[in-house]
Amino acid sequence: MRGRTLPLLLWLALLAGGALVVARARFTADMSAFLPAHPTAEQRLLVDELRDGMASRLILVAIDGGDAAARARASIELARQLGASPAFVSVANGAGPAPAADKALVFQNRYLLSDQVSASRFTVAGLRRAIGESIESLASATGFLANDLLLPDPTGETLAALEQLIPRNAPRSEGGAWVSRDGSEAVLVARTRAAGSDTDAQERTIGLIRSTFESIRAREAGLHALELRMTGPGAFAVSARATIIQQAVRLSVLSSVLITVLLAVVYRSLGTVLLGLLPVASGALAGTAAVALGFGVVHGITLGFGVTLIGESVDYSIYLLIQARRGSEVRATDAWIRSLWPTVRLGLLTSLCGFASLLPSGFPGLAQLGLYSMAGLVSAALVTRFVLPVLLPEQWVARPVTAIGGRIARVLAALRRYRRLLWLIPLAAGVIVFVRRDRVWNRDLAALSPVSLADQALDGRLRGSLGAPDVRDLIVISAPDAQGALAAAEGVGQRLDALVDAGELAGFETPARYLPSLARQRERRAALPEAAELRARLLEAVAPLPIQAARLEPFVTAAEQARTAPLLDRAALAGTSLGAGLDALLVERAGRAVALMPLSAPSAGPHASSIDTDRVRAALGTAPPGVSVLVIDLKHESDALYANYLTEAIRLSALGLVAILLLLLVALRSVPRTLRVVAPLVMAVLVVIALLVGTGHSLTILHLIGLLLIVAVGSNYALFFDRRHAASDAAERATMLASLFVANLATVLGFGILALSSVPVLAALGTTVAPGALAALIFSALMAKSPEQA
Amino acid sequence: MSARPPSFPRRAAFAAALGACLALSAPCASAADITLDELMARLQARPHRHDTFTERFTTKILDRALESSGELFYDAPARLEKRTLTPRPERLLLEHDALMVERHQRIYHATLAEYPQLAPYIDSIRSTLAGDRAALERLFHVTFRSSGEDWSLVLVPIQASTVAEVREIRIDGTLDTVKTVSIERANGDRSLMTLTGIATP
Repeated sequence: MRGRTLPLLLWLALLAGGALVVARARFTADMSAFLPAHPTAEQRLLVDELRDGMASRLILVAIDGGDAAARARASIELARQLGASPAFVSVANGAGPAPAADKALVFQNRYLLSDQVSASRFTVAGLRRAIGESIESLASATGFLANDLLLPDPTGETLAALEQLIPRNAPRSEGGAWVSRDGSEAVLVARTRAAGSDTDAQERTIGLIRSTFESIRAREAGLHALELRMTGPGAFAVSARATIIQQAVRLSVLSSVLITVLLAVVYRSLGTVLLGLLPVASGALAGTAAVALGFGVVHGITLGFGVTLIGESVDYSIYLLIQARRGSEVRATDAWIRSLWPTVRLGLLTSLCGFASLLPSGFPGLAQLGLYSMAGLVSAALVTRFVLPVLLPEQWVARPVTAIGGRIARVLAALRRYRRLLWLIPLAAGVIVFVRRDRVWNRDLAALSPVSLADQALDGRLRGSLGAPDVRDLIVISAPDAQGALAAAEGVGQRLDALVDAGELAGFETPARYLPSLARQRERRAALPEAAELRARLLEAVAPLPIQAARLEPFVTAAEQARTAPLLDRAALAGTSLGAGLDALLVERAGRAVALMPLSAPSAGPHASSIDTDRVRAALGTAPPGVSVLVIDLKHESDALYANYLTEAIRLSALGLVAILLLLLVALRSVPRTLRVVAPLVMAVLVVIALLVGTGHSLTILHLIGLLLIVAVGSNYALFFDRRHAASDAAERATMLASLFVANLATVLGFGILALSSVPVLAALGTTVAPGALAALIFSALMAKSPEQA
Repeated sequence: MSARPPSFPRRAAFAAALGACLALSAPCASAADITLDELMARLQARPHRHDTFTERFTTKILDRALESSGELFYDAPARLEKRTLTPRPERLLLEHDALMVERHQRIYHATLAEYPQLAPYIDSIRSTLAGDRAALERLFHVTFRSSGEDWSLVLVPIQASTVAEVREIRIDGTLDTVKTVSIERANGDRSLMTLTGIATP
């Protein structure tokens, strides 16, 4: 008995250890699974931007329902309350005039901030034109309100600097708050302090927005009909994580129930059913723990994938619990271990070869799935081999299922009559795949997105309405320090202005708008003439204007002070919306400063909604030494990244296939036998590809995993059929057929349920593996040597 | 049944009307002169208006007045649009509380609530055109004078914060047309807008 209790104790110890690891594991569902583990310098910027950058911190909020006035009221109140929370850098909804702090800062530093400040502006002609314009605008409908500014700031720098801060394509307002294009929703943009990749913090932030909204709705009269919706990378990561976890739980419960019912029907014993599920549970635990240990964080997709493994890992115990019949040994399980375990073991090794090919993938999501599968399958097989025999009663024998087996054998025999036509199937499949060869693989990263199409559409609409920062195209400037980055951003900005004038860009954001470089500030300060000189020029400049030069003495004083006032730095902007704007666009990390300049595409005209990044690159010219200027099309880059992964994964899978062939050659020591085992699997894969492609699907990287799973599951079938000729009698053959049938049914059930998932990656696995496993079984049965031939 | 005495609310209305007559003795004195309520009713009867305007703005910091001109549109009850054409084009559109200003090819959105200092300038003319006596009296002490078909409204803000901005607004007109709007700001700046109606079909 000692030899039997050791595996039990070991198993329990590993289970406890695994449970501990899983309990402490971190789970995420952001983009990180799709980002490279070892990026190049350029990819690093991309990854940082996607994970932690400005774009990742945006939460777009829409309030719909009720009437426009109620929506605006709720929006204003929500922005006011959230704006006071430290969880947000800013909450914007277009409400309210520029805050007093902004106005004071801008007025105080108008000669440093206004883009109009240059030496020519303070010549006689320049002053005459600027002052003339300011006087004219006094006569305008609202201009007279600004007439306290005329004397200290007759050239209008305060208003110019404030105007610079208003985005060119600012959203439309209604009732004092931004609304979507069709006016049916009030919209807000929140910038969170937490990075988008910090899913836990994003979840708290989103919870805060929701609870704040609900308390406003409950407290204020007339707002009860309003609804809140949120989009943005953080919101998506949070809801994707919730959806995946929820679906993983629900689907795994559902498929466990179905498989349990199936097993109960076959085993007719509750104890046996529960024992049969032990390897599955152990496998799921081991897989999750292995990923948590290996990667530090478990991705939601990996977790969802755990469900799929139920369908496969249950096979091992099915084989044992159906096939174990008493031979010469006392225990039936010992007989099974002697005669059939080697076949299961070979099947397991085959599966491992397939999944091991994913481990070196640079795509962390894929490597996680590979590790999860390997750990899960090995655990399930080992628990079946070493733990179940100990737990089963000594006298236990599998319930005879020869009746089912016999019936299946007769069906197969009938089908075998059409064997000669079998080659038509791969031919037809081959034709379909060939015809659609350009559309077999989907290289668009969005195809993997766990975000529903409806949410993606809402996000797109909100971004459109907000005139906004969807940060698809951006220029990333990396410089040794903040001043270098700001100066480079100013140079780039000048060139971009030309593209804006040419209608190729609608606009761009730049940190230099909030904080000009010290060099630029010095230049502007130097553009101000000395008091005596300014007085002389003013006298001449205002001669034809309806104002006395003497009245403008406050201007002369202010200009004189500005000539020696300290220059603006980052600290000076603290607590103003200029500071918040700067923080979003100028990031200092790892000893370098990175300036971000998001570009927005024109919404109409010949360049509508697309930016030609090559033209932008060409327009920028060469960067100063030590500074790098990259024009990045995030969607293009991330799609390119994904396409690389896909190509890599296809190549790795092909290598896996070669490894499987070699393994089988060594194990079976026969080329024809190896081919007979591999052929049904290849055919099943081909048929599934044809099925998917023929019904208009394009294959993603997850479909590829599904194909690997078909090989993993199907190899067991093919190997059993291969070894069937060694079976001693018809009863043993019938038992084996029955066990394969039940195992297949379990797999098809498990994956069939997955096909119902609304999470695209889970559905992809389901629709691939469920038909593939069935096809693998049928092809294995039909292509195996008939027992009569053996 | 027929000799039933007037019910209490009617009596109250009668007393109020009497009180109003005593307070504004001029309109009650002569039957030929238009009363404030009559004026309001006439103004209400014209839901659409289209005028050209010229405006003279005088401020002590400038040596001479600034002139501007353009067109003014009104649609009852709450849409007012001022299109300045000279010296520099500008479009100001007010719908209920929402304010839109377009100038230099840029559009600015705001609400009156955000710029309370604009409210007296806009509400005075808009409420007058709407014939909304209650709205006028909510914001201003209203003094009404009339002589035959000519009338004038002198509006003095009630709110202290508004008094600090606007001293007085005077609107003159004949029958249902508004002829001039004159605004005197607390700092001494003045503007005089003269309107000329364009016949609306």
